[in-house]
Amino acid sequence: MKRTITLTVLNRPGVLNRITNLFSKRDYNIESISVGHAEQAGVSRITCVVHVENDRVIEQISKQLNKQIDVLKVTDISDQAIVARELALVKVAAQPNNRNEIQSLIEPFRASVIDIGKESMIIQITGETEKVEAFIELVRPYGIKELARTGTTAFPRSSQRPGQTKSCSLV
Amino acid sequence: MLQEAAFTEVKAESSPVSGADLLIEALKKENVEVIFGYPGGAVLPIYDSIYDCNILHVLPRHEQGGIHAAEGYARVSGKAGVVIATSGPGATNIVTGLADAMMDSLPLVVFTGQVATGVIGTDAFQEADILGITTPITKYNFQVRRIEDIPKIIKEAFHIATTGRPGPVLIDFPKDIAAAKTARPDEPEISLPGYQPTIEPNYLQIRKLTEAISSSKKPVILAGAGIMHSNAAEELKVFAEQQNLPVVHTLLGLGGFPADHPLFLGMGGMHGCYAANMALYECDLLINIGARFDDRLTGNLKHFAQKAAVAHIDIDPAEIGKNVTTSIPIVGDAKEALKLLVKQGGKPPRHVEWMAKLDSWKLEYPYWHEDVESPIKPQRLMQMLHEKSKGEAIVVTDVGQHQMWAAQHYSMSAPGRWVTSGGLGTMGFGVPASIGAQLAEPDACVIAVVGDAGFQMSAQELSVIAEMNLPIKIAIFNNHSLGMVRQWQEIFYKERYSHSRMPSQPSFIKLAEAYGIKGYEVHSETEAGEVLEDVLNNREPVLLDFRIDASENVYPMIAPGKGLHEMEGVKK
Ligand SMILES: Cc1ncc(C[n+]2csc(CCOP(=O)(O)OP(=O)(O)O)c2C)c(N)n1
Repeated sequence: MKRTITLTVLNRPGVLNRITNLFSKRDYNIESISVGHAEQAGVSRITCVVHVENDRVIEQISKQLNKQIDVLKVTDISDQAIVARELALVKVAAQPNNRNEIQSLIEPFRASVIDIGKESMIIQITGETEKVEAFIELVRPYGIKELARTGTTAFPRSSQRPGQTKSCSLV
Repeated sequence: MLQEAAFTEVKAESSPVSGADLLIEALKKENVEVIFGYPGGAVLPIYDSIYDCNILHVLPRHEQGGIHAAEGYARVSGKAGVVIATSGPGATNIVTGLADAMMDSLPLVVFTGQVATGVIGTDAFQEADILGITTPITKYNFQVRRIEDIPKIIKEAFHIATTGRPGPVLIDFPKDIAAAKTARPDEPEISLPGYQPTIEPNYLQIRKLTEAISSSKKPVILAGAGIMHSNAAEELKVFAEQQNLPVVHTLLGLGGFPADHPLFLGMGGMHGCYAANMALYECDLLINIGARFDDRLTGNLKHFAQKAAVAHIDIDPAEIGKNVTTSIPIVGDAKEALKLLVKQGGKPPRHVEWMAKLDSWKLEYPYWHEDVESPIKPQRLMQMLHEKSKGEAIVVTDVGQHQMWAAQHYSMSAPGRWVTSGGLGTMGFGVPASIGAQLAEPDACVIAVVGDAGFQMSAQELSVIAEMNLPIKIAIFNNHSLGMVRQWQEIFYKERYSHSRMPSQPSFIKLAEAYGIKGYEVHSETEAGEVLEDVLNNREPVLLDFRIDASENVYPMIAPGKGLHEMEGVKK
């Protein structure tokens, strides 16, 4: 099953190395990892999406991460109502004759064209992983020349209704 | 008066100190008694400060020897072992020791030299990415980037290494920072917001365990090296006696509970004794205190303590539930937990039948061996070492068959007398570790029990033993083979002895003599008795080349993949 873990870490040299090292050392299967500064100076927020076989593994991962000296907090937010987003840049083969057709696919996804060349265009899309993947599949037949994804970054929502499981939204 | 004070203050401010001096000052503040170090280009500024620093410095003959010596020192003294190595090859030579200390939770503070900050990352002469290399095998590592951070980094390093679950901490020290000068920085304060080990156990969990004990019919304690790390041997004894609970030790736990105590069952695991392993197999309540359920202890997990509720007391929460499902997790210091348990003083279990069964197993299936005068039986030799040293020696071992015979036959009656490489199983550990052990307890009788192969992995350290006249007794259990490998090839590979025999060897006696150490070759039990009588009581180093029966195997044994109840060689 897929789980999303967020960590806050002290922004010290080598901290990311320690964390990625831990994943490979303990043989954990990681789907994506995204890192950036958090609201507090000197602190970074890391979001990891991992695939695990059972709850025991996710508990182990959390404990091993927590054990790292520079890790301030580890939260498994998979069972909370969360806002999760990733950004993808997709360079799609596009000739003048099918540009409009591709444009029409983009709209419902609220993606945007950020660059147009002679034979291709670059589309930027943000959203939950499922949405991003659905979009990629949709444009695949036109020919994807390059693809870059940031991996998921996520937060718990401000209000958590009791008993509420994951809420999905398209945008 | 006022003027004078102002004058001295200005003077203090205006006399700058070097990075290397700050390092030495910080070590003195931590009451470091001994440094195990080896100089080289990148640490020359540090060595210049060491020149007249008044801390004992031991020069091993290989950096790996230095770090194993520091491990031996840490294990016996309970204090952090301090190591210095130069950049590049010096630093990579200590990698095995770091991995060993990480596995066995030994507190070390290790300094490596590094090329100057300006050339880091350029593949400069003797540059190695030692932070990258050691990240998975250190509890933490630092690189000093600013001279004024030195006191703080060193203070934090000692704090991290020695608190919580102990472990090795590495500080990478660029040469230019050691040489640079600065005004004396302020008294440092530790700031490690992400590091707060839990010491006090949760009271509700303690109560749950107390209740589980009262209602159990077949309880057993499994005690590991956590007992030693938290200095809890006395509390363990009080608790076991109060609740009338039998005790099994892991390999590294030996000495935490007196071996001659009626409640002691013996060592568990691959070469443990029948009563201990069957107790772990049959119990209905397993109380793990400071052990990590290593696979050499548990055997096949499918068969391990399947009928038991498991309680686990550990200072490292990540160990709880890692290998064995645990219903009573207790995060905290073993000593604190044991004190609370004793204070609770619940009703002891009613387990007369269980205790009778354990006693009968103990009586019926002790360790066994054959009695032969010559070649010497290693088990008998181990017992003789015990007798002749009155069971009071610090026993340091290498890795292999002799290590298991030592664990089985040198009954440990007190903590801090057993030094062995458990988790990593590092050959070459024994001789250098014995140097550190002897320095930690200069008056103790230290016996280094080593195999003929492992001895040759660190024999160069004889030079240190001779130079410092350390009265270490090196007992080589010489079977002209990589005994433990030979045993596995005999049992599991149809006696196809692939590269596990060493028919041609140097004369170990002549080797010892070359270093100025007396040596004896011993062929029979009678000779062994006489020589030991002679040498164990004098205060000189000695090397004993015991010619043991080369065909001897370590039994009992649990084959890989088997459960604790599937022991082989339990009886003659
Ligand atoms: C550095 C290292 N290399 C290889 C091994 C694998 N190994 C384990 S025991 C052993 C044989 C040890 O032989 P010896 O030192 O003579 O001790 P004995 O088993 O004969 O008592 C070997 C090769 C190891 N543990 N460590």
